[in-house]
Amino acid sequence: MADLTLRDVKKSYGAVNILHGIDLDIKSGEFIVFVGPSGCGKSTLLRSIAGLEEITSGTLQIAGETVNDVPPSQRGIAMVFQSYALYPHMTVYDNMAFGMKIAKAPKAEIDRRVKQAADILQLTPYLDRLPKAMSGGQRQRVAIGRAIVRNPKVFLFDEPLSNLDAALRVATRIEIAKLKESMPETTMIYVTHDQVEAMTLADRIVVLKDGRIEQVGTPMELYCKPGNLFVAQFIGSPAMNILPVTIERGGAPTAVRLPSGTVAHVPIATPADATGTKASFGVRPEDLRVTDDAEGGTLFEGTVDYIEQLGEVQLAYIDIGRQGEQLVAKMPGNAEVVRGSILRLTASPGNLHLFDENGRTYTVSNRAVQAA
Amino acid sequence: MAAQIFSAILVIIVGVGGCVAYFWGANKLLDLAFPSRGVAGRAAIDNLRRQGIVRPWLFVGPALLILTVYLIYPVVDTVRLSFMDRAGQNFVGLANYQWALGDREFRTSILNNFLWLAVVPAACTFLGLIIAVLTDKIWWGNIAKSLVFMPLAISFVGASVIWKFIYEYRAEGQTQIGILNAFIQYIGGTPQVWISIPFWNNFFLMVILIWIQTGFAMVILSSALRGIPEETIEAAVIDGANPFQIFWRIMVPQIWGTIAVVWTTITILVLKVFDIVLTMTNGQWNSQVLANLMFDWMFRGGGDFGRGAAIAVVIMLAVVPIMIWNIRQATRESGEGH
Repeated sequence: MADLTLRDVKKSYGAVNILHGIDLDIKSGEFIVFVGPSGCGKSTLLRSIAGLEEITSGTLQIAGETVNDVPPSQRGIAMVFQSYALYPHMTVYDNMAFGMKIAKAPKAEIDRRVKQAADILQLTPYLDRLPKAMSGGQRQRVAIGRAIVRNPKVFLFDEPLSNLDAALRVATRIEIAKLKESMPETTMIYVTHDQVEAMTLADRIVVLKDGRIEQVGTPMELYCKPGNLFVAQFIGSPAMNILPVTIERGGAPTAVRLPSGTVAHVPIATPADATGTKASFGVRPEDLRVTDDAEGGTLFEGTVDYIEQLGEVQLAYIDIGRQGEQLVAKMPGNAEVVRGSILRLTASPGNLHLFDENGRTYTVSNRAVQAA
Repeated sequence: MAAQIFSAILVIIVGVGGCVAYFWGANKLLDLAFPSRGVAGRAAIDNLRRQGIVRPWLFVGPALLILTVYLIYPVVDTVRLSFMDRAGQNFVGLANYQWALGDREFRTSILNNFLWLAVVPAACTFLGLIIAVLTDKIWWGNIAKSLVFMPLAISFVGASVIWKFIYEYRAEGQTQIGILNAFIQYIGGTPQVWISIPFWNNFFLMVILIWIQTGFAMVILSSALRGIPEETIEAAVIDGANPFQIFWRIMVPQIWGTIAVVWTTITILVLKVFDIVLTMTNGQWNSQVLANLMFDWMFRGGGDFGRGAAIAVVIMLAVVPIMIWNIRQATRESGEGH
């Protein structure tokens, strides 16, 4: 029903550039999550789509219509704010009805839509309450209700869960996911700095950094095939282990020399002229496993420096080099790991990552199978 | 001149120094009377407890004393005097109040006070609110606000003198030195003695107080407006509200408590209005107000303490309920902080 197209969207405040030319296509009915560290421009991008910020250049289209100069109320969007932004002097009912009252909709129609939204969100018993008499989670639902009543083509969420406590955050996250399922036509754009929200909610994730798109893809694409070092380290918790390496021999597979001196064969193709260049080698903590070296595939050997027991898993911090290089390995909670002991670690070749000098992933298209 | 400046500086030094000396000295004496150091544990604890009981009274004592002498005693004595004759010697019951009800000038004053009450607080609050909103987002807003705020720093008498020159009258045809009549004459009208036109002169006097107090309303309301969460306004923008609807339906309701406090604060001030009337007309041409009438009876023409006190009591009775409401509202405002 409503595609979004962003072409070279830029935003600057005076000399400060916040967005450096964003190109993005969002399909109708998609759930898109903008994720990135503080100051990456994700909220500015969302507010630009909403029309609360004017874009400096570029074009923004909603449902095929260029909306650069269309006021927010006529863009067919609704927004849920981080602070809920409920009108404190109005009851829940009036909060939800305000937009339609402004638009002079018939009373019966307003009543029907508000009650319907209240019903979906289980707010019916609270319609006469003022926001101050409600809990954070209830207020958030009112804010969502206010957005539903607008019957928007595009639903915008600006970090809607960040003011809720951990348990409520999970519950509301699931509610939002179910809300999306019940409105398959509606496009949703959701801003967060929390990668769990991004992974669990998104059809596609847009990773932003310093006002530029780093990568767009489904959660699993970003997890399995990060396009660059930043995405690799941003998605996944704990973050991917990254080690500086030298490319010993380019080709497929690539031979890399690890800081420890070990040469590892990574089944990722690199150009022949990459030989001798610096690169970054990455492996996720959950992809590392202990080996007894019977098969000769030891990638790392090191001393267990510290263990964090989380119950289901434990995180082992392993010193692997003289320069203080440390790896994190995620192991089953019941594995016998002793602090101070020496561990040998390996990972299946398919789970290794290699990034060039500029942090870009070496093309993974012709990943060879096991070599070495 | 130099001597006056010197004595002013001396007063400041002696005053502030005296206060510091009092609090420091009183505290020191308390420590000496109930020592907590160098005595056995048990006694030290007892002495600390005694210090804790006495110290607050030592510190608020001077303020309590001054309040009693200069506020509570005068109130009680004014009420007493209002039941006495002109010299304050013989009890006359409610005679002074009966006189007041029948007095033409008293009734004019009451009527005028109501006029002031109806116009000035509303005008100040409304203008203050409008100016606060309009100056909020423009680069010269702060300059404009400073200019609007400035009259607040002028004494009522000083402001009245300034406005006397604005309303100043010279016979028709002569060079007008009052800017209002100069303008009227320039556009071909007839100059007027503005402050002696019965009924309307009240409004010319009110303009002065509005000119002074708008700055007060503006400053308080401006900070209240800044306290409105920006996101509620953005939500209203998305809901399709136009600037007027945002102002009246989203912003004003959110600062309603502050508006009420500003309104009532100015109301109290208006009930006590005195200096402006004294300076401009001294109550002539039907512009009398209660406070000036009280001053007339109490201290002029030989003085009638009984009648003067009775008028003072009437003013006090009018102010007290508004004051109580005002304080309650203000406390609630500050208690509701986020």
